[in-house]
Amino acid sequence: MTAVEDRPGIESPAPAREVGQARRRKEDARLITGRTTWTDNLVLPGMLHLAVVRSPVAHAKISAIDVSAAQQAPGVIAVFTGRDFADEQGSIPCAWPVTPDMVNPGHPSLAVDEVNHVGEAVAVIVARSKAAAADAVELVDVDYDSLPVVLDMEEALGDQPVLTHDHLQSNESFHFVFDGGENGVADDTDRAFADAEVVVSRRFVQQRLIPAFMEPRAVAVQPQGDNYTMWSSTQVPHILRLMLAMVTGVPEHKLRVIAPDVGGGFGGKLQVTPEEVIALLVARRLGKPVKWAESRSESLMSAHHGRDQVQYIDIAADREGNVKGLRCRILADMGAYLRLVSPGVPILGAFMFNGIYKFPAYRFECRGVFTNKTPTDAYRGAGRPEATFAVERIMDELAVELDVDPLELRRKNWIKAEEFPFTTCAGMTYDSGDYDAATEQALQLIGYDELRAEQRRRRESNDPVQLGIGFSTFTEMCGLAPSRVLGSLSYGAGGWEHASIRMLPTGKVEVVTGSSAHGQGHETAWSQLVADRLGVPFEDVEVLHGDTSIAPRGLDTYGSRSLVVGGVAVVNAADKVVAKARTVAAHMLEANEDDLEFAGGKFSVRGTPGSEVGIQEIALATFAAHDFPEGVEPSIDADATYDPENFSFPHGTHICAMEVDTETGFVKIRKYACVDDVGTIVNPLIVEGQVHGGLAQGIAQALYEEAVYDADGNLTTGTFVDYLVPSAADLPHFDTGNTVHAAPGNPIGAKGVGEAGCIASTPAVVNAALDAVRHLGVRDIRMPLTPERVWRALHDGGDGGGRATAGSNAYGGAQTETTAGVSTPQSALGGDR
Amino acid sequence: MIPAPFDYVRPATVGEALQAIADGGEDVKVLAGGQSLIPVMRLRLAAPETVVDLGRVAELRGVREEGDSLVVGAMTTHADVLTDPLLARYGRLVVQATETVADRQVRRRGTFGGALVHADPAGDLPAVALALDAEFVLVGPGGRRTVPATEFFVDYLTTALEEGELLVEVRLPKLGEDWGVRYEKFNRVAQAWSIVAVAAAVRREGGRIAEARIGLTNMGSTPLRARATEAALVGVDVSMETVTAAAAQAAEGTSPSSDLNARADYRQHLAQVLTRRAVAAAVGL
Repeated sequence: MTAVEDRPGIESPAPAREVGQARRRKEDARLITGRTTWTDNLVLPGMLHLAVVRSPVAHAKISAIDVSAAQQAPGVIAVFTGRDFADEQGSIPCAWPVTPDMVNPGHPSLAVDEVNHVGEAVAVIVARSKAAAADAVELVDVDYDSLPVVLDMEEALGDQPVLTHDHLQSNESFHFVFDGGENGVADDTDRAFADAEVVVSRRFVQQRLIPAFMEPRAVAVQPQGDNYTMWSSTQVPHILRLMLAMVTGVPEHKLRVIAPDVGGGFGGKLQVTPEEVIALLVARRLGKPVKWAESRSESLMSAHHGRDQVQYIDIAADREGNVKGLRCRILADMGAYLRLVSPGVPILGAFMFNGIYKFPAYRFECRGVFTNKTPTDAYRGAGRPEATFAVERIMDELAVELDVDPLELRRKNWIKAEEFPFTTCAGMTYDSGDYDAATEQALQLIGYDELRAEQRRRRESNDPVQLGIGFSTFTEMCGLAPSRVLGSLSYGAGGWEHASIRMLPTGKVEVVTGSSAHGQGHETAWSQLVADRLGVPFEDVEVLHGDTSIAPRGLDTYGSRSLVVGGVAVVNAADKVVAKARTVAAHMLEANEDDLEFAGGKFSVRGTPGSEVGIQEIALATFAAHDFPEGVEPSIDADATYDPENFSFPHGTHICAMEVDTETGFVKIRKYACVDDVGTIVNPLIVEGQVHGGLAQGIAQALYEEAVYDADGNLTTGTFVDYLVPSAADLPHFDTGNTVHAAPGNPIGAKGVGEAGCIASTPAVVNAALDAVRHLGVRDIRMPLTPERVWRALHDGGDGGGRATAGSNAYGGAQTETTAGVSTPQSALGGDR
Repeated sequence: MIPAPFDYVRPATVGEALQAIADGGEDVKVLAGGQSLIPVMRLRLAAPETVVDLGRVAELRGVREEGDSLVVGAMTTHADVLTDPLLARYGRLVVQATETVADRQVRRRGTFGGALVHADPAGDLPAVALALDAEFVLVGPGGRRTVPATEFFVDYLTTALEEGELLVEVRLPKLGEDWGVRYEKFNRVAQAWSIVAVAAAVRREGGRIAEARIGLTNMGSTPLRARATEAALVGVDVSMETVTAAAAQAAEGTSPSSDLNARADYRQHLAQVLTRRAVAAAVGL
């Protein structure tokens, strides 16, 4: 090494920008090998194990519970029923009262007098080993006086329905209305429909799905004096801590919640679960550490489900294909109880059913319905996949009605690039994008003209395998969310995010984020952001998260908000570090702050070559504080809280080419191409991964997954044998691309990618299958498109019908009106607030 | 889930295994690859008092030639089947069907004999064994006996195995070059059980079909033969028309179940389509 090369600074090239690099994820080695801190890997000294006794019936009064045999079983320490905790368990919280008169029946963590769905917790075993706890479950003798069940939403709202909760007057929880006309952001919907030349009406069914995260849920609680530490496989440690304090009365400052490495969530761990409450109550009662970890069957049955809507969609247009109005009447199945954001999930869709199109008139109504099934709540996309499905399916139906090309119809009606920012009929201001550009790229990727030619050939030759091409465009309100908007929607919290940056003496950097990673790659992306901002090596950055003592402020990870909100907080904190370091640098270089430049991690004096100091050196000087500017605190650490001004609106065009075997009904995706605009891309590898995973889940809704209940309310898809989650072997190669329109107003320019693939793919797949067989008389096929449904739609007409043991899920019958009641005393949270 | 408590025995020879089974009494279960037994024990759908693990009984593993037969040891794993040179030459129908069994992990542990004794009509190997008229060699306290496939599969998850007996090996006819084979499986995702599947082995003589053996998976409580189709194929010229006409009889005499994936009438329809495809592929159409 020569002396010149050895000299720091002047001639060395600027380090490559980290943002935009396809860095491999630094957290993957431990996550993939499982050699890490999964909650169920945790062993606490003296730890006891919990097993939950669950209801095998969907609706019943509990007349007696005999726990004596279980109590005497080997290794069993205690058995608790709902009655044992009736005075302290309160209700599982619902943080989103979507209407002032929303009915909340109350949700005890352990059932006390009645059970309202199969899988509801009725008792908990505490034992010295997990095996002993599991053995004792069968020894608890519960007398159930069975009650009739209601499982179908349209029946639940019909005349004289069976009541899910007999202390309520009806099965309706809420009736939410958003009318663009009444809100002054769109025309009158009734007039638009009265004047329309063409009206197309359809009823779509969004089947019930199960989030099916890879790591089943688990929770452990360590009491220490009057303090409690909870480890939970959760997406939302901060929300969980607050809510547990409100429910159980353990004061917030006496409760620490840790989300260690968490193996996926997809919204399924955006919850305050009965099991978390139970674990805390048992630990408090016994003063001993406890752990509960669920089996897969338990998870499928009792962790919250997603989707489950019946959608009545009307679209109005003129003969030339200009859309004139959209009317959506939605029934949303809450299941038996309201959980954390159950009612809010369909309401998120209220602002998205119009998609990317310029509807002059728009009205959305949603009724939340109770049934004797597992509660529903957030699942990847939460309300927006349902909305996108409806509008993208009805656009295809309108195209058929008008006999125009479905893509041309979309083009005619979507917002043009030069029209951004655009305020929609739902009152949202879309920030940026170019739908034409994304679509053009997607058409190229999939080889559109060639596929259309092949489709013609197959039709002409009456090939048993027909080919269809389906489109879906999408946008979503991402980056949840501006706090004032959440407030206007009665959401129980804000939407800001917090970060802090700690500069260590050796120049290493600790980044503390309020976002709570559960597989997304935050540690990698955040390191890239900070490396660029501070000019330090990627490897010198450590990201800390998921512990309310380490990251005291945060609102966690869901709704594609981490990078868009949490990432900005990180960047803002880094900028504050640089600002504080500048003062120190000026002192060290004996220069005026205004004469300093900061680049590549170094402050240099403008016009004075060789006079420079690195931010990592400044960190050491700050630690020593031997020679510090007067009146300046010896710290360059900083924190920042960011509250976005607006949502971000990623968008994309997805195209699916589908083969349908008309002899068997088997559908097979031939090609899939999508071009997403998620704004500025921090890590292309992570973005690609998020898109692939999202596509897999969205395609799974279209083709594979469905939670089916039998007529008694038993989940018949209770294992992965019947609840079909596809693997890589079942999915096609994905041709993905991006257009990039940086999100205006977002310092990173990112729009959010976590839910994109999942939102857009489902309607593209269904539209493709229908395009393949529409000329054979098929108008609709119900999801998932099982081979049998496709075959029956082809041979018997209709939408393929229900599945053999799915009688209760058939959604037959007509809709009738009922009125809402009022909130009930049972819905009150129980704790000391 | 955690299985209910059970005693565990791991014999090293067939003799020890038979003794362990006898000692275990009524509530004994034999563990081969464990790919069906362990899940049902974990779900507590089965709670045997004693589990006899055959994993160390080396004499039960492997494939050998005996005259016109192949002899497959009961503990030969699916992965062994897929790499065995004798089966590659004379047992291509078995190999094809085994390739479709579940996933790589299951094939590594699951066994040929275990899959047959489990006798799940949705499993892939029973219909193949039936189509090939396999012979099942059983040993028990009373000695050794051989049961033909037509008598081995008695009912849903039920075989001719008597209490205390063990399947030790399965004898398959060698199919030479004049046989064409095809296992046509229909399922929704790669690792799933068959909704319906068809195992076809067809021998050609010149332009005609000399002999056809067709096994049906998941078309009843046991694997079935499509006898009417087999009969209709014998002696006909090889053509799509003759194959299609014969395959139209594939569902005759079947009484498949209805479940989430298919109602009975759809299964019967699939049996016809898949039989046509399997036979056509087997004869090279």
